[in-house]
Amino acid sequence: MKKFGIVPLLALVASTSSFTIAASTTTNADELNLVCSAEQDWCDLMVAAFGAEHDDVDVLMVRKSTGETLAQIRAEAGNPKIDVWWGGTGDPHLIAAEEGLSQPSGVDTGELLGWAQNMSQISEGKTVGIYAGALGIAYNADILKKLNVEPPQCWADLEDPRFFGEIQVANPNSSGTAYTELATFVQLFGEDQAMVKLAAIGKNVNSYTKSGSAPSKAAARGETGVSIGFMHDMVNLATQGFPLKIVAPCEGTGYEVGAVSIINGAKNEDAAKKWVEFSLRADVQSRGPEVGSFQVPSNSNAKVAPESPDLASIKLIDYDFATYGSSETRKRLLARWDKEVGDPNPQ
Amino acid sequence: MKKLSLSWLMIGLVSFIFLPWHMTEDGFLDAAWIVDGLPSTGLFQMLAGQWWHLPALLTFIIGIVLQLTIPNPVVRAKATLLSSSIGLLLIAVQGLIIVRAGPRLFEMLLTGETIIAGQPGMGLGAGLVALSLLFVITTSIAQSGKGQGDAFVIGAIGLIVSLVGIFVFYPVMHILIQAFQVEGGYALGEFFPKFFSADIWGLSCLVGNHTCGVAINSLFLAVMTGAGTTFLGLSFALIFTRTNFRAKKLLRILTVLPIITPPFVIGLALILLFGRAGTVTEFVAELLNIEPGRWVYGFWGVYFAQLLSFTPIAFLVLIGVVQGVSPSMEEASQTLDADRWQTFRYVSLPLMRPGLANAFLLGFIESLADFGNPLVLGSGYSVLSTEIFFAIVGSVADPAKAAILAIALLTLTLSAFMAQRLWLGKKSYATITGKADSGQNASLNPVLRTICYATALPWAALTLVVYSMIIFGSFVKLWGYNHSFTWDHYIRAFGIDFASGRFSGVAWDSYFTTLTISSIAAPLTALVGLATAYLLVRQKFVGKNAFEFSTMLSFAIPGTVIGVSYIMAFNFPPIELTGTSIILIIVFVFRNMPVGVRGGIAAMSQLDKSLDEASITLGANSFTTVKRVILPLMGPAILAALTYSFVRAITSVSAVIFLVSAKHNMATSFIVGRVENGEFGLAIAYSAVLIITMLAAILILQLLVGARKLRRTDRVQQTVSA
Repeated sequence: MKKFGIVPLLALVASTSSFTIAASTTTNADELNLVCSAEQDWCDLMVAAFGAEHDDVDVLMVRKSTGETLAQIRAEAGNPKIDVWWGGTGDPHLIAAEEGLSQPSGVDTGELLGWAQNMSQISEGKTVGIYAGALGIAYNADILKKLNVEPPQCWADLEDPRFFGEIQVANPNSSGTAYTELATFVQLFGEDQAMVKLAAIGKNVNSYTKSGSAPSKAAARGETGVSIGFMHDMVNLATQGFPLKIVAPCEGTGYEVGAVSIINGAKNEDAAKKWVEFSLRADVQSRGPEVGSFQVPSNSNAKVAPESPDLASIKLIDYDFATYGSSETRKRLLARWDKEVGDPNPQ
Repeated sequence: MKKLSLSWLMIGLVSFIFLPWHMTEDGFLDAAWIVDGLPSTGLFQMLAGQWWHLPALLTFIIGIVLQLTIPNPVVRAKATLLSSSIGLLLIAVQGLIIVRAGPRLFEMLLTGETIIAGQPGMGLGAGLVALSLLFVITTSIAQSGKGQGDAFVIGAIGLIVSLVGIFVFYPVMHILIQAFQVEGGYALGEFFPKFFSADIWGLSCLVGNHTCGVAINSLFLAVMTGAGTTFLGLSFALIFTRTNFRAKKLLRILTVLPIITPPFVIGLALILLFGRAGTVTEFVAELLNIEPGRWVYGFWGVYFAQLLSFTPIAFLVLIGVVQGVSPSMEEASQTLDADRWQTFRYVSLPLMRPGLANAFLLGFIESLADFGNPLVLGSGYSVLSTEIFFAIVGSVADPAKAAILAIALLTLTLSAFMAQRLWLGKKSYATITGKADSGQNASLNPVLRTICYATALPWAALTLVVYSMIIFGSFVKLWGYNHSFTWDHYIRAFGIDFASGRFSGVAWDSYFTTLTISSIAAPLTALVGLATAYLLVRQKFVGKNAFEFSTMLSFAIPGTVIGVSYIMAFNFPPIELTGTSIILIIVFVFRNMPVGVRGGIAAMSQLDKSLDEASITLGANSFTTVKRVILPLMGPAILAALTYSFVRAITSVSAVIFLVSAKHNMATSFIVGRVENGEFGLAIAYSAVLIITMLAAILILQLLVGARKLRRTDRVQQTVSA
């Protein structure tokens, strides 16, 4: 009649967990729980730079994608474990603001460029733009040369049968990148015409990937000839040595705005505010290119790296985040995409 | 039995009086209460105004009084059972109702300053109080004459049922209930049209050029994978036990490799080999002068990757079972003039049925829940696991759709589980008895041996190629383009600054966390899994089938669903675990426990029950029987459970992505971040280090657990040259 297993089990859990917890509670400094949705290296750089200035704040950072972060803060609503969410495309930040999952940070946005201030206005100050990345086309120079195909210059070129089976793009139902593309087409060509054009490009698409960054990676490796995605991702791949060439479409293009938000009910609100102020500073934003992040900074005084896609030379549309970020428009456009463009399943 | 009840009651009472009832901000087991002079024990909290802890105290006092006053054991047991059950229920109810923000139900009735202030999650004191009450209840059940009066068995059942209830059902319910959610409430009627929609179950791919529903896609893939992995696993197991193949050691390592690989690595390697610009594809295309294709994206690629990934699981389950088939029976068959084929077909194979069925079931379920391979290679072939993931984290979050798809997935699992039960039937598969058994296993007949070699060896060769590629990829600058040698990736990940003695590499933190958490989770998983298997095979109790299925539940649910449901369930009192390492350990234990259960069941069905009976007859109780008779014969199953749970804790991705926090980051979530960023070199170098770590761990485990001794000579009949 012994109590086999339970006592050692408890002892094991007790000893190990108290060890891990004891190890982490030795400091008395303020904590800041940060979720970073930008590239890992950039996250590390930001945390190190912040730590150098604020040695009274202990930054605990974890990197998660925007979709995962949004799902997590939704599930944690009411008792959030995250204080501040930095980086990642703006749509999920706007959704979080719309659902009341984030709170106004009250920072001064005076130095910021128009699109970043716009972001703050739409969300009533709950989320602020930190960088912009334009949508573009990338092609694998080796592959197109081998196939003897003229590289694309415009969105319209992608409808040409010479790219049959060579284009890869993400599915807007799962990827924010692809949704930005869909919204860009609608704003460029009008809703009906956009669907016609997307369907025409769809004839050349070999695969609608789930993830937004996958097409450009596939193009880099030669798994596909042409991809659609964000230019800064493409620049990053090209600087790594892949034969990837980047095209700013002649008709003009849309862009994403990366954002920072303070989570509603954050336990370390003061530290979170310090972080937001820090991340909007010109000298901080200028450091992205050090770690291969080539987005365009939102602070008008920040330096832009020479490799970064020059927003001045790209024909940017006046992207309407308020309309195309709302869940109503989103649902309608995606339903139309499903019906008129669809995913021609190759199976 | 009276003493046992009494001692549990005392433990509970002492915990209530002396241990902190709630967790603190610093965690579940903060030690500050000892030194800071602010007692937070249950008793103190109650006296300080939290009157809702009174039932706990009363339960113990009543329980102790009952033990000391009622002489009739059955009456005493029934009275204790009643009072303790009520006590436990009241503790659970107060925990669920009164959370951090005060009461969440009956706000009208529950007023007062202390109750509005709310309470944090339960801590050590509350945990021990609940545990001791649980054992008082199970002991009382045993005492009142149920379950042959075996307090150990009933206690174990009670504990496992409660754990599965708390850590599987309770969180999963949070998600599944959303399937019935409509705007502004819940409705049952909406569910059925959504559930039976053609998007999920459509069969139009059979007749035309259209796509099938996601569930049909998943089902087809899972059946193919289950059958394929079982077949391959059996071939490997037969080569090991029934042939004189020379390079068994090398083969053994190859069979383990895929299981210890973060899933996307296999997908990536397959793309680099068989993708349109892959090495093999380009070679074949040049040779045959054909256009390189994209066949690897879609069903075949995913199927291929899953076979590669899951064959080792089938092998781990089957090797124990194939070894266990009694040579005496095979010899008897041959004595009766059966040839080697007939012996295999009519004696050995039927005896392996539990192994085959369990291997198939695991392969089937693994395939259904697999997330990494369909994500990397799936392209247009949609399956449930990826659809569920994007229903939760996609550009339009639709938790209701995720829940409905999760229910579809569970339906498939349940069906497979039922089918397996039907196929196994009620036959006995016991082949390990106490009797002397000194024969030798029949070797395979030549045709069968050729088939085994022909399937297993090319497979092993492919595995070897894939892994050489991975090692190669970690040492070159840019895999696929720039093949100049470099140590850079390893230095970035695992650099050590010798001047300051600091671990300067970026991967060290997550590496140590991963190893710590996995080494804690693995023995717990094996313990819970094998204990459950023991109960399922050896004990009879009401609701056994439902119990068995419930242990499979967490395995069948995709990691994403588990991850999100764990946040929903364990971010608030009474059990608040998010952001700790405990939640990671728990998720691993309950997600991987089914492998321990399946392996344990397969191995235990072979142990003749007369062994237990002999032990009991000789005066041992069931605890001693487990320890002295069953456990020593379970070597391979224990090894499989330990290995598998250790490895899965290191390689699983989808469940932990939501549960990792800054303090407790895991290797896979780190690697996935790097892959998303396109830094394949670093990701692969990290994976290579993980693979080598796991390989070393497995070898050490193998040495520690040792081979079981069946008092048979492990030899295979010498092949007579035909």
